Amino acid sequence: MDLFTATNVSKTYAAHKALDKINIRVPEQSIFGLLGPNGAGKTTFIRIVNRIIAPDEGELIFNGKKLGPEDIGKIGYLPEERGLYKKMLVGEQALYLAQLKGLSHHDALIKLKYWFDKFEIRGWWNRKVEELSKGMQQKVQFIVTIVHNPKLLIFDEPFSGFDPINVNLLKEEILSLRNNGSTIIFSTHNMGSVEELCDHIALINNAKTILEGNVNSIKKTFKTNTFEICYTGYDEDLRNILSSGENVILQEKEDDHFKATVQLPAGLTTNSLIREMILHVTLQSFNEIIPSMNDIFIRTVTEKHTISPNLPLN
Amino acid sequence: MKKILLIIRREYLTRVKKRSFIVMTILGPLLMAAVFVVPIYLATNSNEMKNVAVLDQSGLFFEKFKDSDNIKFHYITEDLTTAKENFPRSHDYALLFIPKTELSLPENAIIYSSGQVNINVKSYVSNVMSRQIEELKLEAKIRDLQPGTNVNSTTTDILKSIKSNVDISTIKLGSNGEEQKSYPEVSMVLGMFSAVLIYFFIFMFGSQVMRGVIEEKTSRIIEVIISSVKPFQLMMGKIIGVALVGLTQFMLWVILTFGIVTIATSAFTGKLKSSLPNEQVITNQGQSFHADKLAHASHPANTNQEGVNEVFSAINSIDFPVMIGSFLFYFLFGYLLYAALFAAIGSAVDSESDTQQFMLPITMPLIFAFVTAQYIIQEPQGPLAFWLSIIPLTSPVVMMVRIPFGVPVLQVILSMILLLLGFVGTTWMAGKIYRTGILMYGKKVNYKELWKWLKYKN
Repeated sequence: MDLFTATNVSKTYAAHKALDKINIRVPEQSIFGLLGPNGAGKTTFIRIVNRIIAPDEGELIFNGKKLGPEDIGKIGYLPEERGLYKKMLVGEQALYLAQLKGLSHHDALIKLKYWFDKFEIRGWWNRKVEELSKGMQQKVQFIVTIVHNPKLLIFDEPFSGFDPINVNLLKEEILSLRNNGSTIIFSTHNMGSVEELCDHIALINNAKTILEGNVNSIKKTFKTNTFEICYTGYDEDLRNILSSGENVILQEKEDDHFKATVQLPAGLTTNSLIREMILHVTLQSFNEIIPSMNDIFIRTVTEKHTISPNLPLN
Repeated sequence: MKKILLIIRREYLTRVKKRSFIVMTILGPLLMAAVFVVPIYLATNSNEMKNVAVLDQSGLFFEKFKDSDNIKFHYITEDLTTAKENFPRSHDYALLFIPKTELSLPENAIIYSSGQVNINVKSYVSNVMSRQIEELKLEAKIRDLQPGTNVNSTTTDILKSIKSNVDISTIKLGSNGEEQKSYPEVSMVLGMFSAVLIYFFIFMFGSQVMRGVIEEKTSRIIEVIISSVKPFQLMMGKIIGVALVGLTQFMLWVILTFGIVTIATSAFTGKLKSSLPNEQVITNQGQSFHADKLAHASHPANTNQEGVNEVFSAINSIDFPVMIGSFLFYFLFGYLLYAALFAAIGSAVDSESDTQQFMLPITMPLIFAFVTAQYIIQEPQGPLAFWLSIIPLTSPVVMMVRIPFGVPVLQVILSMILLLLGFVGTTWMAGKIYRTGILMYGKKVNYKELWKWLKYKN
């Protein structure tokens, strides 16, 4: 079941096409990575989801219905460009923003106190925002984004400005939000956190979706049947002993052993490779090289329309 | 609707709690006092040649009115009714009437004119008359002096007793001969004062709106907020919130000024009352004197009372419901018209120092209206006054200058409707620029860019 779908969404600014028939499906209770290089149209898309701007064409379905003004209270948005009123008191400001999302004063107060305690910033309630450190302000912003229990959360580069300890705190929070029923759209350039957190991704480039789907299946399609093998006992060219059409990409001596990267031709199983090898060498390790999201990102974006997933990476 | 109230509340409370607001609230009443004095000073400069017909029934001032740089006097002898009838055809600026008096020297005169009487003319006439009266009184005193009296002890008495206070009332002569008492000083002060107030209000609070928008943009909170409310709601919430701050400040000013004035006048009138009975006696004595020694009779007490009466009737002659009603209207809608434009500017720039190029076209009409107000006050029915009080960008300031002098209802209605339309128009336009501008960071914006934003669909 998809919580949110965008079908053929386009947006044009004067002469510049920001989104060109974008199609995105965000499954319920998933963490959805929205990826793409700078200027690809991610922010425009996120603003459309938040109803900050309206698309020129296309359909947006949220929770089974057309996305409408009443849905604003069910969405939480942490923009990349974020800030707070500097002269306002922290608590007062959090209350204001929570009420703007539709919470009553009473509910907002109870929920904010809970989260302020959880993030250990209760003592800052009556301080001015300008007295807070950047990380502290980010915590306040994060709380304000999630305080109204939105069904859909949109985080745009949520980890920027946090130290590693707080990044972990935040990751845990994001995962527990997902586990408690929220759906999360997560936009970032940090591919490490995409691999760690995302179940699904969409890659936008030049105003178009160029890749979309489950992270594992995307990785599968980008697998190139390439393996990294460490061995000892044979110091000549591996090509001499591999005769079934294997492509030896790399072979080097590393400390007391050799390391080789070998791509198998279609149809050849790993077992037959091992069988060929163990006649001459002593195997130390044998791993399939799974493309990282980083590799996939760079490859799809730089090669644009000529994606042929089965060529070796690097 | 609930959200816009939240925004108004925040905008209002954060500003009212500021130290600068409290300081301005205290300084304001002091500033107002200064504002009263300046326009009166400015209005005394006028170069046009003015012909004044003098109808002197007392016969005491014949040939006493010397022509000055821009006032020419000529004497007429017909009776007042005919003179008034002829006045519209005479091309004279004003008709000065000095009535014949029986018991004392004439210390009252009336100036009839078609419009408001220039303050120079009035003070010139008043000066000439009081000098002449004082001379006559002095002559009479000297004739009365008994030989052998101690001159030293009487000099001060004489100087005191000849002091005279000429009262000049001005009456507007309508083209159909109807009379209407008019008080240029009171109208001028009221008109200028409300115009100045509106001018400052628009500037002060308009730029507060602009700064508020820039603050939201530079602190980057804007995107968080517009994911909860529509940009237009945020803009209107801010504009209304700041308007309420302005009204609060205004009310506090009125209350404070009123308080100061009440304290000051109660102290003053206390003194006045204690000196009254004394002078009453003098008056009674004076009335028993022979007619050719009219000069003995001085009327300090009467004059005082008449002065007070004059101010009272002057104030009464102002149509206060109209005055206050139109003031509030132009006060509010003038601000609303400009505030939206200020908000649009704030949205288009990244910092306050970038606002200059856009500020000019907005402040120009306002400053222009303010500067011309000083000329309009001299000719409140002229074509310049008419057009500037109709055009929405200048009407809030200029119309307020004209209102105390009396403006045809139709013109007021036209001006109000155009201002309303102007407000709707600028707000609609500003809303479109604002909506796009608040999401643009680090972009150098020019007029072409703004024009493009106006045409964006959403």
